[in-house]
Amino acid sequence: MTTEQATILAVTGNEAVAEAMRQVNPDVVAAYPITPQTEIVQIYAQFVADGKVDTEFITAESEHSAMSAAIGSAAAGARTMTATSSQGFALMWELLFVAASYRLPIVMANVNRALSGPINIHCDHSDSMGGRDCGWIQLYGENHQEAYDNHVMAVRIAEHADVRLPVMTMIDGYVISGAIGPMESLTDAQVQEFVGPYRPIHPMLDSKHPVTVGPFDGLHGFYMEHKATQQQAMERASRVIDEIAAEYAELSGRRYGLIDAYRTEDAEVAIVVVGSTAGTTRMIVDKLRAKGVRAGCVRVRAFRPFPAAEYAEAIGHCKVVGVMDRSDSFGAQGGQVFLEVRSALYDCDPRPQVLPFIYGLGGRDIFPANIEQAFTVLRDAAKRKTKTTVERRYLNLREE
Amino acid sequence: MTVEKKTGAKQPAPPRKPRAKRLPKAKWDVSDIDSWGGSRHELGATIPEAGNSIYNETGGWRADVPVIDSEKCDGCMLCYFYCPDASIIIEEGKAVGVDLAHCKGCGICAKECPTAAIVMKLEEKE
Repeated sequence: MTTEQATILAVTGNEAVAEAMRQVNPDVVAAYPITPQTEIVQIYAQFVADGKVDTEFITAESEHSAMSAAIGSAAAGARTMTATSSQGFALMWELLFVAASYRLPIVMANVNRALSGPINIHCDHSDSMGGRDCGWIQLYGENHQEAYDNHVMAVRIAEHADVRLPVMTMIDGYVISGAIGPMESLTDAQVQEFVGPYRPIHPMLDSKHPVTVGPFDGLHGFYMEHKATQQQAMERASRVIDEIAAEYAELSGRRYGLIDAYRTEDAEVAIVVVGSTAGTTRMIVDKLRAKGVRAGCVRVRAFRPFPAAEYAEAIGHCKVVGVMDRSDSFGAQGGQVFLEVRSALYDCDPRPQVLPFIYGLGGRDIFPANIEQAFTVLRDAAKRKTKTTVERRYLNLREE
Repeated sequence: MTVEKKTGAKQPAPPRKPRAKRLPKAKWDVSDIDSWGGSRHELGATIPEAGNSIYNETGGWRADVPVIDSEKCDGCMLCYFYCPDASIIIEEGKAVGVDLAHCKGCGICAKECPTAAIVMKLEEKE
């Protein structure tokens, strides 16, 4: 299977990501081949078996080992990818920090699924939101098309000289990963030209220039300087993500921003949401707009780096903003996205009230009526003369 | 560890000083690294030069010092290969001394020596 002309395909989200990986044709894919792994790796293994790619495919005995192998491979100088989901992401956790601090441009697909317990395999964002501080760039896709597009762009972002950080691309488990939707692919030649050859920095296989990767840094103590450079790379990444999106738009006709704002220009109330629920939210925005309600929504695309200024620009003028989190930070004032958005809007004058909503945990359905309920809360709050209460509001939670 | 023989043994040769040629000038100059900001460090904390651990002198950790009797040495080189700090000095196929700038005094050489040519002695420091 090669793609010689741009084609619209009906694919699962898993197939969309695997197709992007095939067209990039990385040197190494290291992955754990058993539950909770997704079909992405299974499909890719078939590409390897069929000789469709040149990739060295490493099946590791755990996700911890898969990420370790990916780190070794990237340090050796190979363009490296992996994929994971849910508990697998959790098991990788300590290595995620290592990959980022070694500045290795690994690209990973993560299919967002719940973490135990109770045992649950369905969609929520607990896995990657739990890894938000590991130093990886995080791009959240909405649909099949973006699953593919993000994964192609991720290669360029990770390997960019001003960035050199690993990138994870997310799609909603089952809702996107397992369901079929439309995807327009580029040709193999277009993808190859877009990603270009990989130029490693200090590759360990360059025996003429031997280096030590991952040395101990405790006696003299430059750890803090290295951590500061990771943050500087993250700050530069915002610009790079946008530049590469512009370049990709010329190729594909699809332009992605750091955030995806919808009808927010004159909005009085707005909802911020991540992933596949954004489509339903836009539908409710249109429905409310038809009734004369000034509603809008913003979809989170880049969560790390978090483009705070873009949120202030897009929804800083709103009276009330609701943030829908599909994961929770227990004991905090709301979910992870809520905390970011409220912080991003803090310096706006006048300052919008920002309210936390929790939805969809463990694959709990989110119906259009639930999003309308959230908008009703926001509209009521906007009418009040005093601020409303800021406790979490759960959507579609069973209560007595 | 080999027990030091008390009687009749000839005094072993004193440990040798490391030779000057073992310490060439480092290509990666880190003499003022304490004043570096993050951007001067290598990406990902990589060390861009091989073999520069020689500049990290670990001899100060030592309590016991290996003393080598070269006449007992049969040239098997076990001490050389087992030494975790590459501190055994070999000349003409025999162990003749120790690089005291890097020897941590672990005693592995004395433990491994099949001819008891190496013994550990308490080092008297000034």
